[in-house]
Amino acid sequence: MSVTLKINGKSTTVDVPSDMPLLWVLRDVLNLKGTKFGCGIAQCGACTVHLKGVPVRSCSLPISSVAGQEITTIEGLSKDGTHPVQRAWEEIDVPQCGYCQAGQLMVAAALLANKKKPTDADIDASMVNICRCGTYNRIRAAVHRAATLSAGAAK
Amino acid sequence: MTIATQISRRSFLRVSALAGGGLLIGSYVRSADAAVAEYTAGFAPPEEFVPNAFIKIFANGNITIIAKNPEVGQGVKQSLPMIICEELDADWSHVTVEQGLVDRSKYGVQFTGGSLSTPMNWDDLRHVGAAGRALLVAAAAKTWNVPASECTTRNSRVTHAKTGRTLGYGALAATAATLTPPDLKTIPVKDPKDYHLLGQRIHGVDNKAIFTGKPLYGIDVVVPGMLYAVFEKCPVFGGKVMSANIDKIKKMPGVTHVFVVEQIGNALDGLMSGVAIVADSWWYAKTARQSLQVSWDLGTTAAQSTEWFATRAAELSKLPAQRTIRKDGDVDAAFSGAAKVVEASYFYPFIHHATLEPQNCTASVKNGKAEIWAPSQTPQSGLTLVSKAIGIAESDITIHVTRIGGGFGRRLKNDYMVEAAWIAKVAGVPVKLLWTREDDMRHGHYRQAGFFNLKGGVDANGKLVAWRNHAILDNLNAGEFPARYVPNYLAEASAIPHGIPTGALRAPGSNGMAFVIQSFIDELANAAGKDPIDFRIDLLSQVGPATQADRFDAERARGVLELVREKSGWGKRKLPKGTGMGVAFHFSHQGYFAEVVQATVSAKGALKVNKVWVAGDCGSVLTNLSGAEQQMQGAAIDGISHALGQEMTFENGRAMQSNFDTYPLIRMVQAPPVEFTFRTTAHPPTGLGEPALPPVIPALCNAIFQATGKRIRSLPIGNQLA
Repeated sequence: MSVTLKINGKSTTVDVPSDMPLLWVLRDVLNLKGTKFGCGIAQCGACTVHLKGVPVRSCSLPISSVAGQEITTIEGLSKDGTHPVQRAWEEIDVPQCGYCQAGQLMVAAALLANKKKPTDADIDASMVNICRCGTYNRIRAAVHRAATLSAGAAK
Repeated sequence: MTIATQISRRSFLRVSALAGGGLLIGSYVRSADAAVAEYTAGFAPPEEFVPNAFIKIFANGNITIIAKNPEVGQGVKQSLPMIICEELDADWSHVTVEQGLVDRSKYGVQFTGGSLSTPMNWDDLRHVGAAGRALLVAAAAKTWNVPASECTTRNSRVTHAKTGRTLGYGALAATAATLTPPDLKTIPVKDPKDYHLLGQRIHGVDNKAIFTGKPLYGIDVVVPGMLYAVFEKCPVFGGKVMSANIDKIKKMPGVTHVFVVEQIGNALDGLMSGVAIVADSWWYAKTARQSLQVSWDLGTTAAQSTEWFATRAAELSKLPAQRTIRKDGDVDAAFSGAAKVVEASYFYPFIHHATLEPQNCTASVKNGKAEIWAPSQTPQSGLTLVSKAIGIAESDITIHVTRIGGGFGRRLKNDYMVEAAWIAKVAGVPVKLLWTREDDMRHGHYRQAGFFNLKGGVDANGKLVAWRNHAILDNLNAGEFPARYVPNYLAEASAIPHGIPTGALRAPGSNGMAFVIQSFIDELANAAGKDPIDFRIDLLSQVGPATQADRFDAERARGVLELVREKSGWGKRKLPKGTGMGVAFHFSHQGYFAEVVQATVSAKGALKVNKVWVAGDCGSVLTNLSGAEQQMQGAAIDGISHALGQEMTFENGRAMQSNFDTYPLIRMVQAPPVEFTFRTTAHPPTGLGEPALPPVIPALCNAIFQATGKRIRSLPIGNQLA
């Protein structure tokens, strides 16, 4: 089927099977490789993107269900890699293998959009993606740091 | 002196000019295969030399340093080039790191495993960098007609203070390229107190690309004209295709090729029998696979299951052991004379690596040549495997090493690489093979399970006098603690031959063994009525004569135990009911680690790991402080993840777990803060990817005992506390 998508502010039309998950349209049709495949059953969160600002697992979203809706991927999180979460992740040198981090950044950005100053409990409740390398200590620190950076930018 | 310093350096340099006035330094060091052999067995160095590393200095001052080993998240893409950069006295901000192609003739051995990247490359790479610096100094001295000894270097510049002259490395590169390189054997290296870069916090060179979603990993590779493949193997390990509904699958949307692949040889990590489906998109291939019907010859492993292993182990535990691994003194006599004797059986399960990036590989095979993009920890072994399978000479195969979305030992195997190469060859087009998560979990090379029957005796003074361990299924090595520290020691083993594929998993030989040894030592400390740290330190103080198997420095082990005692506030904290602290230490991969865990078990049996304190001794220098901390935290959290819920079970020769819903990995809410301290000792630096993992598991189980009185003797902990 022909589907028109709004990805990172741009409209694109793709011709794919209606049940093809958004993840595979992003990766293999539109060549946006930043969104990762980890499990295919919405367990790990490596494939997290924003759908109308809400973090969703793109591996389990049929393309037909997201037509016309605003989608943001890691490639569109900021123009130049300077979103507060991207800056905080660099300051704290979060990644080990790095494979899950795009998904972690997308969840963190959505969390901070809703909670300017998340507590540790907020982080525990929202940051549920798997990091196989165990960078959780640094992810937590980076979310707090990003909140501070966001607050500074808002002033 | 440790093993690492015993490797003698046999190297020479070759320099050549780069277009536009640059300098290329190739260092030629002794055979790296030999280095591995020497490192592990102490063999004499051979007389052959192979290239090992490259530095490129461009006329504009930019410097490229090759990262020779695969990056799985352990940080060698920074840390190995940092070693060269330090001795080159270059400014790290001028350096671009480039991943080297797989080329044994240029770079020597290229692999990631065993926490060996640092110890195996430390000596060579320092001298490569130092020789590069010497050439640049010589070039400056020649340019200014001054003695080289009067020149100094710093931040990619040579300075002659007397005459106030200074030139950047870029400006000196063309002259340096015309000079005779110095003898690597005699070139001096820096005193660690003069380091500017090593020991600093250097961030990941790929961070920016990771944060902005740039293609980096194997799964991201795109080759013009490439198609996508899935590969269905028998759910029973080693089973073979008898027939399949290939004609039907060929007609499905997007499908271009469907064919049976025959197994080559009998190895479970080579090319296995299966059905390949190639399609225009991976989604088409995966969708078509749902209609695939295969008739399998299941083979003999179909009779094996988790229950079968347990039954066999119980039978074997009642029989005399098949093999004696080590026998010191007379354990039976010592048990008879002991004041207290403790017996216990321990178990750890099969577990899976579960790298977050599923196994994948992209291959193009045409005109008698092959090009491969592989997330492999051992690309050179993969090269040999592929060459033999597809009948193309190694010299006609190019392997690009991609960044790797987690290794943990899984990618020491190259099954996905040989599969991709074979499928691309048969299909006649470039192919990206991508395993589903279910493929990944059902076709692992698992950490082998183990059953252990232990008996220990303490005398009236609370001193450990006898130790017996009968290991069933998994192996036990002759140097396993407390060998050498207890006068009567018997280690025995019995095997259960089986068809489940097994392989090294982060801290192999230690990740489960430390749980067994350090938990049982805790039981004995309790029986002796002694503080768990005091009991261990006393034990480490009763050193017997060393044998070939003993590579363990008791002073360094005591050092980290004392350090973790201090840092964790051991014995000084008032803990609420249901909260306990446990300790363990372990020596592996040349690293000494002692760890304390504080954990709380609620009245309903809910476990919360509150905090981990890690004390480590990895020698004199941490190459990259940020990376070192990452490995400490990652290894400790990984170990807790093993302990909490990871277990692979098998029925009828098939893996019963297939995804993260049935194979739980640790998440943020479960991950404790990990605090770490390093003890610096005058030993060559050793690797950090693994040795912090093993002790955290027994430290956690020992904390649970302190909190509840319940002894965990079987992993995972799961719902044992409920």
